[in-house]
Amino acid sequence: MNGRPGAAADAGNGVLVAFSGIVKTYGMGDATVHALRGIDLVIRRGEFLAVMGPSGSGKSTCMNILGCLDTPTSGTYLFQGIDVGALSREGRALLRRHRLGFVFQGFNLLNQSSALENVELPLIYRGLPSRERRLRAREALEAVGLPDRQSHTPGELSGGQQQRVAIARAMVIEPALLLADEPTGNLDSGSSREIMELLTAFNEDRGITIVMVTHDGKMAAYANRTIHFLDGRIDSEVQNGDEST
Amino acid sequence: MIRETVLLALRAIRRNVLRSSLTILGIVIGVASVIAMVTLGGGATAQVSAEIASLGSNMLQVRPGQGFHGPGGARSAAPSFDRKDVEAIRGQVYGLEAVAPVSTAGLQAVSGNRNWSTSVLGTTNEYFDVRDWPLGSGRIFGEGELRSGKAVCILGTTVGRELFGDGDPLGASIRLEKLACTVIGILASKGQTSFGQDQDDVVIMPLRTFQRRIAGSTDVEAVYLSALDGVSTTSVKKDIEGLMRERRRIAEGKDDDFHVRDMQEIVTALTGTTRVLTALLGAVAAVSLLVGGIGIMNIMLVSVTERTREIGIRLAIGALERDVLLQFLIEAVVLSSFGGIFGILFGLLMALAGARAMSVPFILNPGIMVVAFLFSVAIGVAFGYFPARRAARLDPIDALRHE
Repeated sequence: MNGRPGAAADAGNGVLVAFSGIVKTYGMGDATVHALRGIDLVIRRGEFLAVMGPSGSGKSTCMNILGCLDTPTSGTYLFQGIDVGALSREGRALLRRHRLGFVFQGFNLLNQSSALENVELPLIYRGLPSRERRLRAREALEAVGLPDRQSHTPGELSGGQQQRVAIARAMVIEPALLLADEPTGNLDSGSSREIMELLTAFNEDRGITIVMVTHDGKMAAYANRTIHFLDGRIDSEVQNGDEST
Repeated sequence: MIRETVLLALRAIRRNVLRSSLTILGIVIGVASVIAMVTLGGGATAQVSAEIASLGSNMLQVRPGQGFHGPGGARSAAPSFDRKDVEAIRGQVYGLEAVAPVSTAGLQAVSGNRNWSTSVLGTTNEYFDVRDWPLGSGRIFGEGELRSGKAVCILGTTVGRELFGDGDPLGASIRLEKLACTVIGILASKGQTSFGQDQDDVVIMPLRTFQRRIAGSTDVEAVYLSALDGVSTTSVKKDIEGLMRERRRIAEGKDDDFHVRDMQEIVTALTGTTRVLTALLGAVAAVSLLVGGIGIMNIMLVSVTERTREIGIRLAIGALERDVLLQFLIEAVVLSSFGGIFGILFGLLMALAGARAMSVPFILNPGIMVVAFLFSVAIGVAFGYFPARRAARLDPIDALRHE
């Protein structure tokens, strides 16, 4: 089931993200690369969506656009009813600051800062006073199971622990959408399972909407729905459980 | 937000202590030059003022010839003054406290088996008033001694010490060339001038004695005079110039063949050397501040490249362009302020050493320290802006992909 036309109208009815006819091309003339060739996609609040597909199939581009880091060449992207394509660079930065959480394959933590400082970072940009920042960052680290690692720098933590810090950093702003780009790609199977359980818990207990790119079918199985990209198009779509409507 | 950014900047600097120190070297040298220059200059000025006070701030000198000749310096071809010129000045110029004709010669003074090369000065008792220079012991010249040109003299403390050691020179006789001269007084000590010239190295005798027995002429080399309190030396100077032009029959439009110096002129002459030094150090300061600024820009560009990924992370999680701009700008400013602080400390040390070497007083000038600090901050802003803007304009996707 692809996104329907008129999805924007559903903004009030649980639709978080609505892609219609999203096209992204890079370069010009003969060198033009068609990264996305027309994507229609609706993501509802509370969904856990897995995105799969081979390298170069367009899933990273799709994630960048979803994360408001990039803008589509054509088509409309409505996020909570907001036309992201019409926003300025600053407008998109503010959207990321207040609504979006990012978890990366390579963790992307600040290596010189402690776990606590890393989690505080997004709150600094939101201008929270330091006492409240600290409090919320501690809560977030406790929520990911790292209450006693706050002053450790990323170098002193295992991969799984680093990824938990990254998840805490994404979760601390209580995002409307959590974007995870191969969050278990650098982890062993034990840590991977823990991370997936953490994400699932946030999705189920707190109703956080998650979009996760993965190469691993086992990880995709944690999601409600899986879409497969191929050559810049959504090739197939699978419902995993009975939660999506 | 600012506080966090400053802490962040401090951490980034601490991480690269060596690199940061080398980066700020230019600023340190520039600021240190400015501080040393201004502090030493201030000390020199204070010393000149003290010296003017020791010469007598209301003193003027009239000499034949044009421009500045030091005491005993080059004589000019212009006609000398004589006694009548002195009397004319005394009689016709308003507002004078004392007028003293002066002639000098460099001579060997001998007492027993000791001898000492000194400067002999023929004048009248008014010289002591003009110079505001009391006697330490003995007496000044008597009316008769002045009129008849008796062989008596008053010694500066240096001459007294060199010729008589701890003994009492009063009443003793010294020989100046062929003239045997009785010591009747010792001057109070006046110390050195800023050129290191010893003012106490002098023998003073009646002008007439000097003219007859040493110079062999009735010429007066210079006229020293002092204005009354509250009388402007400028107006006295103008009056004397008018009078002397008339007496020396200088036609309208012709240059003076004499020169009246007031203290302002002496100050200018004394500060002239300071000004050359100031200009030199100022040039050094300007160049090193420029180089220092470029150094900061360079290292900030390196820093931006090294931390591209960090910038990407910050942009992705919601930092605005201006947040990143501010972060790197503050880092540059923190760097340059450190340069300013170390420069001020280093400059004060240099000034302290220089003041000691040049025997100039060391006088702190808080104003210039504030200005130097603010200027180094400004350099941080000016040269940090371009790298900071480059950081702020990075594309978050590319920056995150950066290895």
